[in-house]
Amino acid sequence: MSTIFTISILQSALELGCIYSLVALALFISFSLLNIADLSTDGCFTLGCATGAMVTLSGHPFLALFAAIAAGVCSGFVTAFLQTRMGIESILAGIIVNTGLYTINIAVMGFSSVANLFNCDTVFSIAKIYLGQGTYKLIVAAGITIIVAILLALFLGTRLGMSIRATGDNPDMVQASSINSAFTITVGLCVANSLTALSGCLIAQYQKSCDINIGTGMVTIALASLIIGETLIGKGGMIRRVIGVIFGSCLYRFIVAVALRLNVPAECLKLVSAVIVAAAIASPYLKEKAAFMAKVRLSKKGGDKNA
Amino acid sequence: MLDVIKIKKTFNPGTVNEKTAVSDLSLHLDAGDFVTIVGSNGAGKSTLFNAITGQFYIDEGKIILGGEDITYKKRHLRSKQIGHLFQDPLRGTAPHMTIEENMALAYLRASTSPIKFFSRISNADKKRFREQLSLLNMGLEDRMKQPVGLLSGGQRQALTLLMATMVTPKLLLLDEHTAALDPATAEKVLELTRNIIDERKITCLMVTHNMHQALDLGNRTIMMDDGKIILDIKGKERDNMTIDDLVEQFRINAGKRLDNDRILMSQ
Repeated sequence: MSTIFTISILQSALELGCIYSLVALALFISFSLLNIADLSTDGCFTLGCATGAMVTLSGHPFLALFAAIAAGVCSGFVTAFLQTRMGIESILAGIIVNTGLYTINIAVMGFSSVANLFNCDTVFSIAKIYLGQGTYKLIVAAGITIIVAILLALFLGTRLGMSIRATGDNPDMVQASSINSAFTITVGLCVANSLTALSGCLIAQYQKSCDINIGTGMVTIALASLIIGETLIGKGGMIRRVIGVIFGSCLYRFIVAVALRLNVPAECLKLVSAVIVAAAIASPYLKEKAAFMAKVRLSKKGGDKNA
Repeated sequence: MLDVIKIKKTFNPGTVNEKTAVSDLSLHLDAGDFVTIVGSNGAGKSTLFNAITGQFYIDEGKIILGGEDITYKKRHLRSKQIGHLFQDPLRGTAPHMTIEENMALAYLRASTSPIKFFSRISNADKKRFREQLSLLNMGLEDRMKQPVGLLSGGQRQALTLLMATMVTPKLLLLDEHTAALDPATAEKVLELTRNIIDERKITCLMVTHNMHQALDLGNRTIMMDDGKIILDIKGKERDNMTIDDLVEQFRINAGKRLDNDRILMSQ
């Protein structure tokens, strides 16, 4: 066992877990709070990755973070615009934007499908100078995630944040409180997609490369993290749920790291994550059903005795 | 206060399901009027309410509230001035949010500045919410951090009533808001409704299936059938009316027996 759980594996799982948890937090806003399945997540992640990579290449790794956030806000706005002002079904709006983003992402990378960031400064390489070898990547990734998580938890406690939560919880009540649900959906999706894009930008700088397919399957992976977090940590206040999402993301990365360590071929990872998601989503239902079946069996037995 | 002028609404026009829910309906309410509405199934009571709150736009006519033409005003903007309670207690509150969060959202109606959007629930807010909740006598003031989904139907409806009247609305619409509650709770919510309306002189329209309530509450009673008002009584005439008179009046004016199943059940 000790060969499986080495410190370096744990550390890299935490690094990736923290970075990808931003996508899980994005889905927490759109899927859990707003009750909208935002399928533009894959494309938006690549958009953040591509934007971040290009700005980093031009020598501005910190500016890249904000450029990616801005790109994500634009993407989220378009998705929200399609569903609130154009009457397009939310799932379709996400798929349409996702398709369109493919071309935009290629264009951002100068009509090439890959971009390499070797020999240029990233937030990680700059941090290495100040923090030294070892844990610098983890400190940067965890630092940014913690800042984002605190800001998000604070935001969800404001009246605007509460309006967004209420929009997914009871649309009727939101209208009756004189809140424009088209507005709250737009703000919610802009915030969510800015987090997705920020995550993409960090990944580009972390692995020093970006390719056009980097976002494929991201929505499934983020959903897995989200649901693992909500199942294990449970629901409660906003702070608890945000922590749960980050924990779920780290745990998911850890499972993947162990799978890789057990010589599961890298090509099979998507299948593994699909199975994890299906299992995680199905488990509460199956648990209930199993309890019901046990009850039925018990009452049948009891019935036989009486007869 | 409220003027509904010759409104008409047809659902599914041009299809086999075409149904004219209200036509040529006019209604005038003075400030402080508390009007009860009774009527048969499909008489257009809910359609009238939904037209006023803006769930849909009417085909013809005008709606004027407090001197302002709101016929084409958006729903969420109208709700700054109109409180609306439904029969279903689940519709008025967000179940996964706490009591104080729900109240804070309702209080948003009072604000006009966009800066308020980034404010959080302050201690002053909490104190005010606590005071208002204690008026309900349901012990909710000690459960402000609990999600509303844990409350009973009656508690949720009482909370919704509080939220709808937190910022005094120009008009309060009650759509059989006690019909889904058990008799004791219904009585309590009704008492609360009466107190709030009397105290603040809120102009109110209330649909009910309870004939006793219809005559007992408020200062005016309207009877609707087939999208029209067929009886409108107030003052002495109303004071002298009995439930049997009211049912009889319906038969004469509508030319048929009252067919509201719930009214018949509650006789």
